[in-house]
Amino acid sequence: MLTIEKQQENSSYILVLKGEIDASNSVMLDQAMQDLIATGTKSILVDCEGLEYISSAGLGVFMSYLEDFQEQEIDLKIYALSTRVFEVFKILGLDQLISIYANKKAALEA
Amino acid sequence: MKHQLKIYCQTTALSDLRLFMQTTLRELQVSEKDQHQLTLAVEEVCANLIIHSHQCNGKDQIQLIIKDSPEKIIFEITDEGKAFNLLDYEVPDLKKVVSEKRKGGLGIILVKTIMDEIEFESNKGTNTCRLIKWFRS
Repeated sequence: MLTIEKQQENSSYILVLKGEIDASNSVMLDQAMQDLIATGTKSILVDCEGLEYISSAGLGVFMSYLEDFQEQEIDLKIYALSTRVFEVFKILGLDQLISIYANKKAALEA
Repeated sequence: MKHQLKIYCQTTALSDLRLFMQTTLRELQVSEKDQHQLTLAVEEVCANLIIHSHQCNGKDQIQLIIKDSPEKIIFEITDEGKAFNLLDYEVPDLKKVVSEKRKGGLGIILVKTIMDEIEFESNKGTNTCRLIKWFRS
């Protein structure tokens, strides 16, 4: 089960992810990312406080946009990952490619 | 001790797989961190089979058997689809995955990093992938 909520804060958009992302629903994350890119925003934050699980299908969505984000100068920040989920980012070395912060405050101030 | 689950080849069955893995691994007193990572690795293999070998055909089934002993846990995944031998696939370079905007390939990195041994055999149309995790005290 996955819910994705979109919030706007000043010129930034926040995606609030709750539940589990796997091959059955990663398309929802992909669609949400595309929708945000279409707004022309330069700042996307992803709130993962309620994200309990993410498989490679979901991680692949983030990965597949990194190049586009760089080209279009879109700033992607992920925050509030649980220790278990953060471990998975680390196994893949995604913590070196994506800006990850402890909480929303730290992400906004960085 | 042997624990067994059969799932239909639909991605929506992956949540049942996770529940089974977590319940079994908790029973086996595996640490929370290992529960999470082993669940992920087994799911990656099953998701690959469901999508690539069975094209999400809900009539097909995959069987998972978990066998434990004091020093290791074996996850045996059996199906009767097109053989998908993980060992034939090289771990892709992460930078290449990014530059090619690929959504796949990460699962193989996870399985090969999390598990200690991977075995594969195909016999008379039945494929068996064995993922082994050693617990050394």
